[in-house]
Amino acid sequence: MSDNAPDKQISDATQVSRRGFISWMSIGWLTFAATMGGFATMVGRFLFPNVLFEPSQSFKAGVPEEYQPNSVSTAFKAKQRVWIVRTDDRIFALLAKCTHLGCTPNWLANENKFKCPCHGSGFRITGINYEGPAPRPLERVQISLADDGRIQLDKAVTFRHEKGDWEHPDSYLMV
Amino acid sequence: MAKDKKNYNPFKSLIWKSIFRTAVPTEKRGRMMQVLNNVFLHLHPVAVPKHSVKVKYTWCMGGLTFFVFLVLTVTGVLLMFYYRPTVENAYTDIIDLGETTPLGIMREIHRWGAHLMVITVWLHMFRVFMTGAYKPPREFNWAIGVILLVLTMLLSFTGYLLPWDQLAIWAITVGSNMAAATPLLGREGPGAALVSIGDINLVTPQSDAKFGLLGESEVRGMALLRFYVFHCVAFPLVAVVFMAVHFWRVRKDGGVSGPM
Repeated sequence: MSDNAPDKQISDATQVSRRGFISWMSIGWLTFAATMGGFATMVGRFLFPNVLFEPSQSFKAGVPEEYQPNSVSTAFKAKQRVWIVRTDDRIFALLAKCTHLGCTPNWLANENKFKCPCHGSGFRITGINYEGPAPRPLERVQISLADDGRIQLDKAVTFRHEKGDWEHPDSYLMV
Repeated sequence: MAKDKKNYNPFKSLIWKSIFRTAVPTEKRGRMMQVLNNVFLHLHPVAVPKHSVKVKYTWCMGGLTFFVFLVLTVTGVLLMFYYRPTVENAYTDIIDLGETTPLGIMREIHRWGAHLMVITVWLHMFRVFMTGAYKPPREFNWAIGVILLVLTMLLSFTGYLLPWDQLAIWAITVGSNMAAATPLLGREGPGAALVSIGDINLVTPQSDAKFGLLGESEVRGMALLRFYVFHCVAFPLVAVVFMAVHFWRVRKDGGVSGPM
């Protein structure tokens, strides 16, 4: 031990105690971890913009009288990806998204069906699937009558036939 | 002076030494030092066992994969001079790369290289599996390799969107629909309705995992830009880091595994 004697000459001021070293290291690493965690959070938040330059999920689609009985309107397909269907007594909106793999089907008026170009799934005017690989009917989106008498649609809320949602009052309009 | 000039040896000059740090090697140790002192060579072993250069044993598939990656990097950078990742330009820029750009084959080399890299990665993995090279002490490097396989597929997938034709758009639509099915965080995933504050659902088509990938609710211009950045910058950078670790671990784990 006597060999180490010169080390003892170092004054207490420059000595780092074991306890002090560990606590400073803990503070240092915790600060570093918190900074990195905060930065990771910022990166994650950065990827979700505040303003979206795309059509709103909720929009208005004219008055019910614009739609002919037993017809499919493709007026909002290109911009909003929905068909507005009027049967004898109801108006509802179908999401133009194949339930197989998410392609956009076409309305074939002559054949009275929706047909997906990707893998050939077919849906009746009600949205019920009857041919091809689609495992379930097309989804309907929320529909209501706004105060100004126009149809209000909200794609953020969808109704699935296989869950019995199509009887939900928000899934159709009576006419 | 004249005598000094005659004896001037460039390999012992200050310039040589400042670049290569060691004199021209004359014996084994010098050659080793030259490898160890070079940033590009030091990942590679100084010496390799004879069996590891036997093509019949390794098929050189790891090396070929790295070579194809380099080809893809060079051709990819060149394509970036002509390709604009916007809805207006992307499709026609790809057509022009084949029709009007000098050496129109550059884009095809990039595409063929991409296919080839998936094949060589697969064959490399197959060889490593068949020779038992994933066994200790190399099991960690196998895990690194699996990450590199995933990165290869992510690079393929993000590059797939860039031609911006019908195949590209619908392939990415189908692929990103998987993100929409993420439990809790995907709009169509199980338990998505549980993530809400009161009546306000937090997981919507404009805030879920698929949106985070695409930058919008469906595949449009923002998704093209986002995939372009992932494809050209983010994934290659991550891949390079993992490749460095992968090659270095080959050396540290005792080189290419030997025949049983």
